[in-house]
Amino acid sequence: MSGLTLRSGVTFGSLAFLAIVPPLTGAMDAPFVLDIVMRMLCLAIAAISLNLILGYGGMISFGHAAYIGIGAYAVGIPAYYEVYSGFLQIPLAVGMAALFALVTGFICLRTRGVHFIMITLAFAQMAFFTFVSIEEYGGDDGLVIDFKSEFIGWLDLEEPVTLYYVIFVCLLGTIYLVKRVVASRFGMVIQGTMGNEARMRALGYNVFLYRLICYVISGAICGLAGALLGNFTGFISPEMMDWTRSGELIFMVVLGGSGSLFGPVLGTAVFVIAEEYLTPMMNLFAAGSGVYWHIVFGPFLVLVVLFGRRGIDGLLDGRGHRDD
Amino acid sequence: MDWTLLIVQLLNGLQLGVLLFLLAAGLTLIFGIMDFINLAHGSLYMVGAYFCATFTEFLDSFLLGVLVALPLTFLVGLVVEIVIARPLYGRDHLDHVLATFGVILFFDALVHLVWGPEGYAIPLPAFLDGQVGLALGLVLPTYRVLIIAVGLFIALGLYMVVSWTRVGMLIRAGASNRRMVAALGVNIDLLFTFVFAGGAVLAGVAGLLIAPITEANIGMGNDILLVAFVVIIIGGIGSIRGAFVAAILIGLIDTMGRSFLDDFMKLFLSNQNAETAAPAFSAMLIYVLMAAILYFRPQGMFPPRVR
Repeated sequence: MSGLTLRSGVTFGSLAFLAIVPPLTGAMDAPFVLDIVMRMLCLAIAAISLNLILGYGGMISFGHAAYIGIGAYAVGIPAYYEVYSGFLQIPLAVGMAALFALVTGFICLRTRGVHFIMITLAFAQMAFFTFVSIEEYGGDDGLVIDFKSEFIGWLDLEEPVTLYYVIFVCLLGTIYLVKRVVASRFGMVIQGTMGNEARMRALGYNVFLYRLICYVISGAICGLAGALLGNFTGFISPEMMDWTRSGELIFMVVLGGSGSLFGPVLGTAVFVIAEEYLTPMMNLFAAGSGVYWHIVFGPFLVLVVLFGRRGIDGLLDGRGHRDD
Repeated sequence: MDWTLLIVQLLNGLQLGVLLFLLAAGLTLIFGIMDFINLAHGSLYMVGAYFCATFTEFLDSFLLGVLVALPLTFLVGLVVEIVIARPLYGRDHLDHVLATFGVILFFDALVHLVWGPEGYAIPLPAFLDGQVGLALGLVLPTYRVLIIAVGLFIALGLYMVVSWTRVGMLIRAGASNRRMVAALGVNIDLLFTFVFAGGAVLAGVAGLLIAPITEANIGMGNDILLVAFVVIIIGGIGSIRGAFVAAILIGLIDTMGRSFLDDFMKLFLSNQNAETAAPAFSAMLIYVLMAAILYFRPQGMFPPRVR
């Protein structure tokens, strides 16, 4: 791990680039690019949180978008009652997401494999339908957030560049947190349970408890991502927690390289770029064909699964194959 | 309570149940035998409906449309199995979920490209478009009765094939221990391919049966696919019998929940609260049921014996 490898070069290069995006887009007068990168950063935080349980713990959650939605509504619902304090909204987002993770994790983590995939999906669907049905907060149509979170004059999130750096710092914090968690004794136990659960149990670890804590940490981080995303878009709707969103999050993690620290950020970048630019690119070849960008994107996904088994991170490793 | 309404809703629940069974049967076999999670199963449901709509219009006959649509859906199933599924057997579930998620995106966009964004209605022939009187003065649309009859008939046929024929025996053996079946000299790859394509046809049948009521539309397979997964998880993966029981159960619970839950909740909630809470809770009902069943019986109600 020591020395300058290709992987660490890409990591630091990307972070350095992300740090200077606002002046760059300011100079180029391209605020929409800043918007795209901001959205990418929010989703990257969510992808990193999913990677913590999926890549390091082997828990394939197919319902992670629910935490984004919960975090976003924790900003939107207080804002609906004209409570804009970020000191309330952000802890609320993280707390509610953690609580949801605790309650659902307690049930989900009794299962393994495909049952786990499906039960996490089921809980996400319950959250989805809950918000669809609450007419007070817009139901299907969603809710507009008039003012972003306020931090008594310290930070003005209405200013895009400030918001950008807040999100960027959150991303850095998340990467650092996950790095520390994974390297800790706790993280070792989590990775051990992915490798051989029976052995960890035989060694005397309460596997269920470790997994549950990891699941709650992941949910809480994803709640933060949701709160940031809600602040960024200024509009929230149940569509944010649609099950296809959960599928996209899994894709970002796997494309970047599950079980790698920085991979999910790269995977998210590729996903957001594809989402934003595949349409105009296809329109160049055949006018109007851009609507059908999924025709290109779907097979791309299949190819990634079939051939790029360790994702982008695997390529940076120089080996490109899973060591199994 | 109005008894006629209750019986009509029971039959509607049964109709949803048999449709779910048609989807779940293929899903549970693919899953049980090949340990393959096929999210794209719903796309085959959609494709079946679109084929049927196209050929019904082209040939000006619903029955001919059905007859042409089924072999075409079978072919699509073959292609998906050979191109996508086969390289993924033996890989982990994460890979299955992702790759078939890509297939869903592809099929949804492809249907959008070929048939456009609008729904595609299938006109029913006159003899199916009427109503039929049942006992006790009940009157039901003929076509809904037909769906239930066809669904139950296919369920019975499938049950007989799986229980009493040689192919069925191999399928059951494959679900219990596929390596042993392969070791005994059965061409398991071929069996897989045909089970997969057969499942595709069943999904297509469900799609084209519902399309005259709801229209064929993009994404029609995605929502019902989730429910079909709930069915196979509750029923026990790999079990046709479990899929049948769970499908009927889910169909009834879902339909009954949507029609009567608000009245029921008014018994102990204020009218207004009941009216806002009931739709959400009825949509959640099946997921609550699944979570509860998985909590107490992680293997489902009827898991296949021996692994």
